[in-house]
Amino acid sequence: MTYLAKPKFHHPNLPKNALGYTHRDYEGTVSTLCAGCGHDSITASIIQACFELSIEPHRVAKISGIGCSSKTPTYFLGNSHGFNSVHGRMPSVLTGANLANRDLIYLGVSGDGDSASIGLGQFAHCLRRGVNMVYIVENNGVYGLTKGQFSATADRGSKSKRGFINTDNSIDLAATALQLGASFVARSFSGDKQQLVPIITAAIAHQGAAFIDVISPCVAFNNHAGSTKSFDFVREHNEAVNRLDFMASRMPIEVKYEPGTVEVVEQHDGSKLALRKLAADYDVHDRTAALGFLQQHAAKGQIVTGLLYVDEAPEDLHAHLHTVEAPLNTLTEKELCPGEAALEAINASLR
Amino acid sequence: MPTATPISRVNDFVVRFANVNGSGSASANELFARAILRMGVPVSPRNIFPSNIQGLPTWYEVRVSEAGHLGARGGTDLMVAMNPQTFDRDIAGIDPGGYLLYDSTKPLPRSKFRDDITVIGVPLTAICNREYTDPRQRQLFKNIIYIGVLTALLDMDVAAVERLIGEQYQGKDRLIAPNVKALHIGRDYATLNLNCPIGLRVKNSDEVGDRIFIDGNSAAALGAVFGGASVCAWYPITPSSSLADAFTRHCAKLRVDPATKQAKYAIIQAEDELASIGMVIGAGWNGARAFTATSGPGISLMQEFIGLAYFAEIPAVIFNVQRAGPSTGMPTRTQQCDIICCAYASHGDTKHVLLFPEDPTEAFEFGALSFDLADRLQTPIFVMLDLDIGMNHRLSKPLKWEDGRVYDRGKVMTAEELEAGKDFGRYLDVDGDGITYRTYPGTHPTRGSYFTRGTSRDKYARYTEDGGSYVDNMQRLIRKFDTAKDLVPRPLQANAAKPTKYGVIYYGSTAPAMDEAIGLIEARGHAVDRLRLRAFPFHSSVASFVADHDFTFMVEQNRDAQMRSLIVNECGIDPVRLVPILQYDGTPITARFIAKAIGDHLEALKVKPLKVSS
Repeated sequence: MTYLAKPKFHHPNLPKNALGYTHRDYEGTVSTLCAGCGHDSITASIIQACFELSIEPHRVAKISGIGCSSKTPTYFLGNSHGFNSVHGRMPSVLTGANLANRDLIYLGVSGDGDSASIGLGQFAHCLRRGVNMVYIVENNGVYGLTKGQFSATADRGSKSKRGFINTDNSIDLAATALQLGASFVARSFSGDKQQLVPIITAAIAHQGAAFIDVISPCVAFNNHAGSTKSFDFVREHNEAVNRLDFMASRMPIEVKYEPGTVEVVEQHDGSKLALRKLAADYDVHDRTAALGFLQQHAAKGQIVTGLLYVDEAPEDLHAHLHTVEAPLNTLTEKELCPGEAALEAINASLR
Repeated sequence: MPTATPISRVNDFVVRFANVNGSGSASANELFARAILRMGVPVSPRNIFPSNIQGLPTWYEVRVSEAGHLGARGGTDLMVAMNPQTFDRDIAGIDPGGYLLYDSTKPLPRSKFRDDITVIGVPLTAICNREYTDPRQRQLFKNIIYIGVLTALLDMDVAAVERLIGEQYQGKDRLIAPNVKALHIGRDYATLNLNCPIGLRVKNSDEVGDRIFIDGNSAAALGAVFGGASVCAWYPITPSSSLADAFTRHCAKLRVDPATKQAKYAIIQAEDELASIGMVIGAGWNGARAFTATSGPGISLMQEFIGLAYFAEIPAVIFNVQRAGPSTGMPTRTQQCDIICCAYASHGDTKHVLLFPEDPTEAFEFGALSFDLADRLQTPIFVMLDLDIGMNHRLSKPLKWEDGRVYDRGKVMTAEELEAGKDFGRYLDVDGDGITYRTYPGTHPTRGSYFTRGTSRDKYARYTEDGGSYVDNMQRLIRKFDTAKDLVPRPLQANAAKPTKYGVIYYGSTAPAMDEAIGLIEARGHAVDRLRLRAFPFHSSVASFVADHDFTFMVEQNRDAQMRSLIVNECGIDPVRLVPILQYDGTPITARFIAKAIGDHLEALKVKPLKVSS
């Protein structure tokens, strides 16, 4: 098997977005993952989010590391440039790409092995720097391509398919992202597209470092009894703190909610997030409280999902570096080269 | 009187300062070197420093050479011994007939000195204790006082030193008078109490010309500025950090939009070398000119990414300021020891383009050129500096740039070409030179996008594990490497005055010592032709140079004769034809070492010397 082209035929009456594209225009090639893989649901959610946002597919750069999750960027946005880089190093490649052209949308796709094991350092540092991106971890707690070894997000006490019990503590990437200063942090479940699509949509609209930890069960190696990343376990222990509706800046707010149950958060780009609170005491603007909430629930074996934290006016890396508005990759010798006279002056200062 | 005749030379000697690291000596010693330059006499200073901030021994060597020899010579004519820790070996290193300047505040037994040198004692500590009450001032001005002593001993133009002090403290004017005063305290002491001048003298000359005094790292950084680098990602490591620092400094002056104060560059101090090369590759993939600066250990960490950039064909520039390895090795000592690990960096079959500048001027030229080469060849380009070039000020030809020079951005397909229906295959070799077209991300809504990966793919960038497609691609990469042979700087050949059967190949920081050694070798009655390598892959003239000589010396600064291995391997040459001449103790290779090694070798072969006519 090398490459499967996906037929482009589709129903003539498929809904179109503001750009006249159907969701088929946001698809990629046929997935080569296992049937039923959680990652394919995330792919579908990304396609849906980009369709709903009416994004020009070619204005997205998809960057990934290595692993099952990192293969998925070929399965969506076929008209986007993609870069399947090195294991655990997606964040640095994405950071460099972002520096070169601040005008594209950067979608980083990674896995739990890629981000929490081999790539924990780069995961941490790109969030610290505030790179404007959507960083999605498709988190299944195991290495799929090498057949089921535990990753660093596997919970202590969970059982592998071969029957081993994990004795190492797990890394909670969402909690870590909160601590590192990510300006948008969410957790979701690949089996809950209704929750996931608006989260991805809101993350794309967010103009800062957005991190989404998506629990995505591995049907081949981590969907058995004793696993804490199986479909059944996640469904039973999912503690959603809120439900999100995303409204792009051009959409009017349609208030359909019971008064007092909805909080509207306006992001820097004008988009609005309508949050239906499920946990009454949860505040998406309080980073420290969010951390405490995650830890308390983790101790009870619960998986907290939803939008966990958002900073409506984040600063990104380009703001920190005071870079010019024009993408650096569009600058020519005219803007970049100081020229002969400047060099002569430098020579003179060195005599 | 010493038992050896005191050395008597004008504008041709080596002064070595032995100091304690962190005592503020470096700036005083540099002042001394610059003062001689201002007198129109070429100097080449070398800072031999420890991996330490304070306390360990450090040396600063100033070679004065009206003849213009800028390499290390070897030996010391005047030792300024200011470090008790190294006193004995510093004295042992003085050439017979040489001079010692030391702090005579505490009397030392006669056994501490040598009979065959001129010993000059100045009670520096006593003078400082008398003149200054603040301990820090006592230390700092002691350095200036011994410079003052030297101006008298060497008959130097004291006004040149005073002017330099004025320039150095411009804006901090209150520091000028005390420094000038300290200078004269030393000078006056020497004039009154010592036999001035000694046999070594500096005389005004006119041999400096329009040359500039610059370190290789700064020059390479300027090359990056002029060459259009807009993204720099780096991780601190000796001896390369000053390259990124210089890029930062120059960009702040030259690359800020005067109206908006916004930066036309982005510099990231990454969390490690893996991240720095990853950022460079991300930026290069996305169409910006990007580089990193590092040294051997950093290159080791970057290996996996370098293989990705080679295979996925992404432009990147890596400045490798080499230091002595392996492992942490001698981090503040120079070597040319990363030739093999850069030429074949990463797993699998890889070959990379390397450039070997000889001095700061070429570090600038090759620095700028490397970005054109990276874009043209869509591959990592290594600019192979070393500590000797990178961290020492060197008298260099002025840096040159011609307005109107256009950056070569290589084969990039535009939105217009895609719109016009031009066939785009990311790995489709339409021109037969192994170089394929790329597109920048975001170019066209429906055409020209592709997926970049380190896995095998077909000509249209589609994933494949088909062996035929893989081999086809690997062969194309070799074709591309062949194309590079004619794009990189060619080797420079200089033949001996008379036809000879012997040649010598050298590269990088060995050049000035080699150029000088040739004169010494000729003085012994031998003749050798020279070839200075400036890049890998090797131009065809390298193989023919070896073929044209019975045997060729390979002069290198590493243990394993790495360039020799590369030539043997790449040019299919019988190893016996290449005789290694190696110095790798961490100090810069010297003319005396090269001349002796080659001269002895030729004489051992009973080569009949050519008649020397005088």
